[in-house]
Amino acid sequence: MTASGTTSRWGLRVAGLGYIALLLLAPLVLIFYKTFEHGLAPPLDAITSPDGLHALKLTLIMVAIAVPLNTVFGIGCALLLVRHRIRGSALVDAVINLPFAISPVVIGLSLFLLYGTTGWFEPGLSEAGIEILFSVPGMVLASIFVSLPFVVRETVPVLQEIGTEQEQAAETLGANAWQVFWRITLPSIRWGVAYGVVLTTARVLGEFGAVSVVSGSISGQTQTLPLFVEKQYENFNLPGAFGASVLLALLALSTLLAMNFLKRKEDA
Amino acid sequence: MGISVEGAFKSFGDFQALNDVSIEVPDGSLTALLGPSGSGKSTLLRAIAGLETLDAGQVLIDGEDVSKKPVQKREVGFVFQHYAAFKHMTVFENVGFGLKIRKQEKAKISARVHELLDLVQLHGLADRYPSQLSGGQRQRMALARALAVEPQVLLLDEPFGALDAKVRKDLRAWLRNLHEEMHVTTIFVTHDQEEAMDVAGQLVVMNEGRVEQSGSADELYEKPANEFVMSFVGEVNRLGDHFVRPHDMEVVLDADERTEEGMVQRIVALGFEIRVEFVLADGTEVWAQLTRSELQRLELEEGQIAYLRPIQAKSFNGTSPDDGSGASTPRGPQDGDGAEVSAAV
Repeated sequence: MTASGTTSRWGLRVAGLGYIALLLLAPLVLIFYKTFEHGLAPPLDAITSPDGLHALKLTLIMVAIAVPLNTVFGIGCALLLVRHRIRGSALVDAVINLPFAISPVVIGLSLFLLYGTTGWFEPGLSEAGIEILFSVPGMVLASIFVSLPFVVRETVPVLQEIGTEQEQAAETLGANAWQVFWRITLPSIRWGVAYGVVLTTARVLGEFGAVSVVSGSISGQTQTLPLFVEKQYENFNLPGAFGASVLLALLALSTLLAMNFLKRKEDA
Repeated sequence: MGISVEGAFKSFGDFQALNDVSIEVPDGSLTALLGPSGSGKSTLLRAIAGLETLDAGQVLIDGEDVSKKPVQKREVGFVFQHYAAFKHMTVFENVGFGLKIRKQEKAKISARVHELLDLVQLHGLADRYPSQLSGGQRQRMALARALAVEPQVLLLDEPFGALDAKVRKDLRAWLRNLHEEMHVTTIFVTHDQEEAMDVAGQLVVMNEGRVEQSGSADELYEKPANEFVMSFVGEVNRLGDHFVRPHDMEVVLDADERTEEGMVQRIVALGFEIRVEFVLADGTEVWAQLTRSELQRLELEEGQIAYLRPIQAKSFNGTSPDDGSGASTPRGPQDGDGAEVSAAV
């Protein structure tokens, strides 16, 4: 290795690590520092307040509904796109990406147009006594919308890579479509799906824009953790805002760790 | 269980993969479907298994029309070129898969799997994953997996295609022995004529979605039905309308009325066999297969003129070489109507 080669290698390393440290790690570290600056009590108090606990509960409800739905839909959609190339597949493929391309605020507004007082679906819904906006159903819809593509996008390439031979082999051995799916296809794509689930969960946990528009952000009623953070911040309750932020970060981190743990256990 | 296919048609878009194919596979035989890529041989095999639906025609297994039967119910063992090993399962789980699907008792599955692993010489590797096996071991595992459910017929799609030459040769012999022990009707697809002749008792030569000829290796080699079969099952020289195997080319130093003049272009020694390449007066390139001693006797050298005399030639279009149709046709052999022609030496 020449001296200049070594220098440039070190230069690259410093630049790469510096970039990550400055832009990713510094803000995170600062939040943790600010949160616990005056001990554990202030952030803990904020989170365990009735509004804080309600926000946590609501956030977990969002995850509990949106993630399974998008997982099932995502796997089905990926199978459709890869295994059953039908007319319109290309269109579906493109439409799936919309939530990535459109600003979450716009997604929130579009839900308003559908379910709002002058919306398309409003007459039928109010007759049936169903409230979508400013209540949990609307927030769930928004969460599903913004997190829809992740499982599809992570599963499609894995499905393409494994091909159809293993599935055909299982069929010749007597397995029906259901058995092929559970015993061959799903185990083969599980890490793609798992990664999609982690990303979906992280997105639902952290979603602000779309949920903020449709929820009305009513404390103790339609406030998820990100909305709670904003409200605390606006009210100059910084320990509360930081405490809830750290909680959100820890929730997202734990899903990532859970996946890594499962994967390591399997590889061993 | 005999297999027969009658009037099979199959197209993929504009591509006609099978064009009125009918074959007969006798019970207990080992048959090779031989042909170049795109000849329809794999499509035919997959149609027999039920992995492909025919546009028209029938597949009969043991006299029963199974054309409408789904793949799960056809009771065929299928082996894929790239093994199709279940990567997330151990060797044991792979081989036992079909039995587990059939809800057999655990003890029974275990006994059967170990019996099969003995048969394919993978004993002791039951707990490995496919990624920890060599290509040859994976293919033997796939074979054990297919045999576990006691299929009526065994179908192999280029089973040795992805293996290196040495392993290939071993597995060929091994498959032949296995078939002798098990007597299950077996069809295997290959594009390698040597492999087909080595392993199979009966060959079906396919080209462009049609069956060109079927029969034993000897029949195909000695009495090819057409030019395609003749050139596919062995080396061949073309002399006008006639086809001559290189080992049927006699090289002499003196001209007579049955010989063709040629210049020695290249002499290649391939061990015992010597390949002598000639260029004829009209520019045709042919080669003769000689033994080492023949070459020494003739004392051939590159660049010299020698004479070629076809001992045995075949013609498939019925024209006689004596009707003046071409200057480069050998003058000796007389032929009938597209039949084999032999000339006394």
